[in-house]
Amino acid sequence: MADMIQVTYRDALKEAMREAMKRDENVVIMGEEVGVWGGTYAVTRGLYDEFGGRRVIDTPIAEMGIIGVATGAAMGGMKPIAEIMTINFALVAMDQIINNTAKIHSMFGGTMRAPVVIRTAAGWGQLAATHSQSFEAWFAHVPGLIVVMPSTPYDAKGLLTTAMYSQNPVVFIEHSRLYGEKGQVPQGEFRVPFGVADVKRDGKDLTIVTYSRMVHVALNAANELAKENINVEIVDLRSLRPIDWETVYNSIRKTHRALVLTEDWMTYGISAEVAARIGYETFDYLDAPVERLTQLEVPLPYASNLEKLSFPDEAKVMQQVKAMLA
Amino acid sequence: MTTAVAKKVSVATSPSLEISRETALHWLEQMMLIRRFEEAAEYAYTQKKVGGFLHLYIGEESIAVGAVAAMHPDDDIFTHYRDHGWVLARGVDPKPAMAELYGKATGLVKGKGGSMHFASVKHHMWGGYAIVGGHIPLAAGMAFSHQYLKRDRIAFCVMGEGATNIGMFHEALNMAALWKLPVVFLIENNMFGMGTAVDRASAVANIYEKASAYRMPATRIDGNDIELVYTTIQEYVNRARSGEGPQMVEAMTYRFKGHSMGDPQRYRTKEEVENRRPDDPLNRWEKKLIERGWADDALIKETFTRVDKQVAEAVQFAEDSPFPDPSELYTDILVEE
Repeated sequence: MADMIQVTYRDALKEAMREAMKRDENVVIMGEEVGVWGGTYAVTRGLYDEFGGRRVIDTPIAEMGIIGVATGAAMGGMKPIAEIMTINFALVAMDQIINNTAKIHSMFGGTMRAPVVIRTAAGWGQLAATHSQSFEAWFAHVPGLIVVMPSTPYDAKGLLTTAMYSQNPVVFIEHSRLYGEKGQVPQGEFRVPFGVADVKRDGKDLTIVTYSRMVHVALNAANELAKENINVEIVDLRSLRPIDWETVYNSIRKTHRALVLTEDWMTYGISAEVAARIGYETFDYLDAPVERLTQLEVPLPYASNLEKLSFPDEAKVMQQVKAMLA
Repeated sequence: MTTAVAKKVSVATSPSLEISRETALHWLEQMMLIRRFEEAAEYAYTQKKVGGFLHLYIGEESIAVGAVAAMHPDDDIFTHYRDHGWVLARGVDPKPAMAELYGKATGLVKGKGGSMHFASVKHHMWGGYAIVGGHIPLAAGMAFSHQYLKRDRIAFCVMGEGATNIGMFHEALNMAALWKLPVVFLIENNMFGMGTAVDRASAVANIYEKASAYRMPATRIDGNDIELVYTTIQEYVNRARSGEGPQMVEAMTYRFKGHSMGDPQRYRTKEEVENRRPDDPLNRWEKKLIERGWADDALIKETFTRVDKQVAEAVQFAEDSPFPDPSELYTDILVEE
């Protein structure tokens, strides 16, 4: 493997895009403020200067237009990255994503392809009810899409590179609170395959199944718990569709306890599917019911104290883990 | 009847108005083929051989036949779900088309799309789309790829007048105009969005006027006049191809059948439909050819006989074809990689 360097999640993503653009003239980036501004989260900063406005394309504020045009361009042989500024705005483009991008291949009997990479950001930060949502389950519900949600700079770059080579539509969900996160990433091109989870921490007492920012919350909690001689294993799903079930099940067969930790709502959320499958597939190995820790079932309020209360944090994770081991 | 919003277009002086007898008869045969195909599809539906929705193109055939004749074979067509006529006008074999209606493995898209999703990529026919207006940005995107890759192709986007009231229409038109994309938007105004008359749904009765909001050249024509369709579309396609940006044509027509099968048609009277019969584009073209001395009753009968045989063969092919294998349920969802 190439030399490792320390980079941010943001720069890891940018590097994956830069490498793809250098390699393939058919790659373009289109979205709101991706060009002159450099991206609202600065992920595309510098790419406009390097590749020009022909390839880094500022669009009107028109999400269904952006996804539709990117999908049509992909059908025409291009490899567009369509950036939806935040996942909240993807709601406006839902018809295009679900009825066109996800279905072009199957609906026309495999005669067409629409390999668009839809990059978007989950996250929150006193942005109130409409700008703080976790909609990954909406996309992961749909056959025809690949949905990934990386937690580290390494996974971000490796998964985005895989997405850039894919012939399928990929919904690539970043997290606004992870952009500054630093980590070791190989220099040059490398891939993290879809549908392969990663054990981010080995442990024997309990498995936390999670992804994206909650991986870090879980790791912090696990480090604290280790001081009390509780050893938690952390499985980072990385891909939500497809999900690497074997890695999840194998971990639980070892630890006999499972906590599913997510930032989306509980009811009908990612944790519902994961908990149901664990319960069915590893029933005989479980020493306790599968537990879930998720965002509370409220539209997110603005007030900082209320917002903080809405999400799982290290203290809540530790409390839950201890309760399950008691 | 022709009016240009941003630019004057002189259809009458177009030199390409001169069409040969051979072309005229070819158009006649294509219109007849679509008419008979639709009638056979309707019959098969009543026999429960065809399921789901079935949107018939009867009464609008001149638009697809005239427009397809006016573009290059590698120009890329996207349509609404009333798509059978467009696919047949593009020269797609009626056999796999009928088999698709039957949901058979030999269908155009392996029985996975049905009536609303006819497509044939090798004919640059990118499909019928069933969410009203959903395909408009796709066509703009295809045009974007042509511009970016410097191809000498345009995208041709067909929609009903009802689609011009939905947001996707406006987002796509804005982006197409902003980036001067090589795309032609054709509005088939058949007077009703399902059962709601145009003036009950659109604040702007002249649909083509909506193009002026995006400084897009546009015109309205009699869509049942196949020669006018041909010459107008040719002019607008040429302008899109030569880098003048997106164009719009509104073709006025009338749907003789219900919106889909099982439409009680409470929104119009039988008299209204009968009053429109003299305007049937197929009858008009037959009459015109007879007037010009290019056809007579015998020739018309002979052409119908040929077309009837072709449609009967298509039905037989569909009947004889196997249903998709159960294993097909899990194919084509993702590209295997």
